[in-house]
Amino acid sequence: MVAVVGLSTLVGCASGGDDDEGGDLTVFAAASLSGAFTKIAEQVERSEPGVSIRLSFGGSNGLVDQIAGGAPADVFASADVATMGRAVDAGLVAGEPAPFATNVLTLITPPGNPAGITGLDASLDGARLVVCADAVPCGSATRELAESAGVELRPVSEESAVTDVRGKVASGEADAGIVYVTDALAVADRVEQVPIAGADTAPNVYPIAVLDRAADSGPARRFVDAVTGPAGRAVLAEHGFGPP
Amino acid sequence: MTRPPLPRWLLVAAAVAVLLAALPLAGMAVRVPWTRVPELLTSEAARDAAWLSLRTCAISTGLCILLGTPLAVLLSRSRGPLAAVARTITALPMVLPPVVAGLALLITFGRTGVVGRHLSVLGVEVGFTTAAVVIAQTFVAMPFLVVALEGALRSVDARLERTAASLGASPSRVLATVTLPLVLPALVAGATMSFARALGEFGATLTFAGSLQGTTRTLPLEIYLSREADTETALALAVLLIAVAAVLMVISALVARRAVVGRD
Repeated sequence: MVAVVGLSTLVGCASGGDDDEGGDLTVFAAASLSGAFTKIAEQVERSEPGVSIRLSFGGSNGLVDQIAGGAPADVFASADVATMGRAVDAGLVAGEPAPFATNVLTLITPPGNPAGITGLDASLDGARLVVCADAVPCGSATRELAESAGVELRPVSEESAVTDVRGKVASGEADAGIVYVTDALAVADRVEQVPIAGADTAPNVYPIAVLDRAADSGPARRFVDAVTGPAGRAVLAEHGFGPP
Repeated sequence: MTRPPLPRWLLVAAAVAVLLAALPLAGMAVRVPWTRVPELLTSEAARDAAWLSLRTCAISTGLCILLGTPLAVLLSRSRGPLAAVARTITALPMVLPPVVAGLALLITFGRTGVVGRHLSVLGVEVGFTTAAVVIAQTFVAMPFLVVALEGALRSVDARLERTAASLGASPSRVLATVTLPLVLPALVAGATMSFARALGEFGATLTFAGSLQGTTRTLPLEIYLSREADTETALALAVLLIAVAAVLMVISALVARRAVVGRD
């Protein structure tokens, strides 16, 4: 058993939920936020000497599972309200989650749009379309958008991660994919965007919250303030996110 | 002749090794909603995944036997550096990280791949099809059969084969009536392990074939997706996979043991 205990000390991280102003802060955020949050974290570290921020990006549901399993996270930002709801229901969140950004879906194609995709229409017939699976946030948003447009999508693959959808389009394996505008912007040199009419009428809202274990943590609260404040909003806009 | 006693520390290390294997399984057993497992396994998504896994693994195992047996025979008769290189290359997919295997298949057989580009011109596109699942499974499972079979073939008594040949049997007939029957247990054990490996294939399938219910979403992919929304279904499917894998391993071990006994 000694070996097991030794191992857990080895892989365990120091927690960051202390009251003092310095120390470590661990932020768990949806994968689509990686570019924007990396930049915001750098800004916060510059303005708060002594605070070092660790960022962990992944699928929102998986992050909630990790937090519920005792992962040492102080702040959580999810890609949709439903997943944040899971964290709230599990008693992991201190206070109210705050919406801080929105994102809309778009079609992407490989460079040159070889299949001639024009939108959620007949141009998708016979084309290889890749979307997110219904079980993940981008997938349920895709389904709702298709339903409101009155289109029945016939994808060749339903991926568990939006980055997998993007990868299959960027590599030319698929003719079209449905991802968020921010995902498309991040690889603007390798995919072309085909806007979806009406996508912006039901944007996806991103909430952020301080987690229960960091309820008294100054740095955690200030990170959330930075994200929801003007500086954070500017960085998020650069990455294609809309205002909440 | 009794052997000298073993050092006591060995027992401690071995116990930790057993715990490492058994604890995660026990931990899962605690969380599995046992009473709901039958009902969870009858959902349409679960049934589709199980049926797809069964079909693709059967075809993949068949391909492993068809293609792997001749390769094992050739390797068992080969000596020298070239044979060593061939042996290494054919066994490599066994230890290839799953994502790497998928990437390799994608940039070879994908639409823009080295081989796939030419297939595309002929109107053959394997990406996102059940064929892609079978290719991925065969790619990773074949070495298990080849390695098991080659070892057995090396231990076949050459005098039996020589006798058959001296009595006028053609090379094909010697292979079919003498050599292969002698290594049949190893062939069955190897094929069983190949089937088990194909059943667990995940990374290469996801990267190369994608994930679509009934077409490319095998049991491991269904588990991966279920975790997102429905942990109970994921656990029930995991129990199914573990049970099948365990049965396959037991069959393989029993047959392999018979193979050793049969040599008396």
